[in-house]
Amino acid sequence: MDENDARDVAQAQAGDEASFRRLVDRHSRGVFQLAFRLTGSEPDADDVVQEAFLKAYRELKRFESRSSFRTWVHRITVNCAYDLLRQRPRHRGESLDVDPSGGQGGGIEPEAEATAWPDRLAFGAEIQSRVRAALDLLTPTERTAFVLRHFEGRSLGEIGKALGLRTGATKHSIFRAVQKMRRALAPIVGQSAENTGRGLRQLQM
Amino acid sequence: MNHPTEEELVLYHYGDAGDGTGTAAIDEHLRACQACQAGLDEVRRTLAAVDQLPVPDRGDHYGAEVWARIQPGFARHSPTWRERLFPTLTPQRLAWIGAAAALFFAAFVAGSRVPWQRFGVAPAPPVAQTPAAASQPTAADRERVQANVLLMAVGDHLERSQVTLSELVNTPGGPEVDISDEQQRARDLVSENRLYRQTALRTGEPAVASVLDDLERVLVEVANGPSTMNEAEFDQVRKRIDQQGIIFKVRVFGERVREAESRPIVRAGIRG
Repeated sequence: MDENDARDVAQAQAGDEASFRRLVDRHSRGVFQLAFRLTGSEPDADDVVQEAFLKAYRELKRFESRSSFRTWVHRITVNCAYDLLRQRPRHRGESLDVDPSGGQGGGIEPEAEATAWPDRLAFGAEIQSRVRAALDLLTPTERTAFVLRHFEGRSLGEIGKALGLRTGATKHSIFRAVQKMRRALAPIVGQSAENTGRGLRQLQM
Repeated sequence: MNHPTEEELVLYHYGDAGDGTGTAAIDEHLRACQACQAGLDEVRRTLAAVDQLPVPDRGDHYGAEVWARIQPGFARHSPTWRERLFPTLTPQRLAWIGAAAALFFAAFVAGSRVPWQRFGVAPAPPVAQTPAAASQPTAADRERVQANVLLMAVGDHLERSQVTLSELVNTPGGPEVDISDEQQRARDLVSENRLYRQTALRTGEPAVASVLDDLERVLVEVANGPSTMNEAEFDQVRKRIDQQGIIFKVRVFGERVREAESRPIVRAGIRG
């Protein structure tokens, strides 16, 4: 564990709030990043961060420093976010058609396709909107497993432990997440490849 | 090797395709098969698109903001004697634990009558063999290995079914509840379930077949029902699943399978 964290954890366990505050200062942005990827919503992510640090404070005496404080607080964050995702109404069935400004319902206009390279920024916004919608199609288990594997680089064993799944079911959850996103993003991923090619050709001219 | 499945390609991308042999075989196949390489490229492009999703930056003062929000909560929380003694046991959880314990006990009693040897979970009776004979797999060894493969597959199947049904019953209600995703998964599970149930019957495993039979009825009901329903209809589905106690049954039986699976069953002679 990081030396500063180790010292602050020990002092916070002895009742020093200022030490815990330093831990919050040091780790809150990383915790927010994880919570945002898990929930896909800023207000929800803020709530998860708050809940995770409150739980960490209450459970601090049980923390035995076998893992780093960061790993421990991230594990609590995953649990809080997972609980929140399971309580949240699903957004399934929403159209994946989006307009380049980020709003939903526009679809991809043929004109936009023809001028895709100059409109690269708008195209990027469209990809982001579609990715957001695709992530909303995932179940809480799939989303959590995917975020932990793809963004956090956690091992299958760690993910299985966090979600109470065996390796086979963990692998399947990750696969299903990627499969759903692959289907949802297929039109735009193909377009993205064309765009990149077109862009490269224009640069070479 | 045969063409890798979509699942194998995704796992390969993450370096989770199994042991080195599995990865090496996919490596070799990809060098020779343009279609599979194109499939892998598409997976990677999809994931690259996902990477474009930005995370808002909360700035340097975020820690102070979080602190301001949580600090008042420190003083408010003064644990009761019950929380001190049982910090994680709420009355609702205690009720669930009680129900689970009753089912575990029932499964234990029923399980003690199950001929688990047929699934290869009991140690083989000692047989006097010459060293040469000991290194040769016998028909009984092969049967036990096959049984163990089936056991692992049933274990995975039960766990997937449990996850699917748990997610279904925990779907939040609303004016319109969409269960199309769980329904698709239930359809996939029905055909697997039928295969395992028939195998269990063929190999004389009535207890396994019975659990799979109960599970199949629920999966078929979910698979063939409407994909969207109003809150009252969804409550009915949820109640029917709860009343049959199928999630508990599957969980308890899955635990038994997992426990059986973890015991050594194959003699060293046929491992290599």
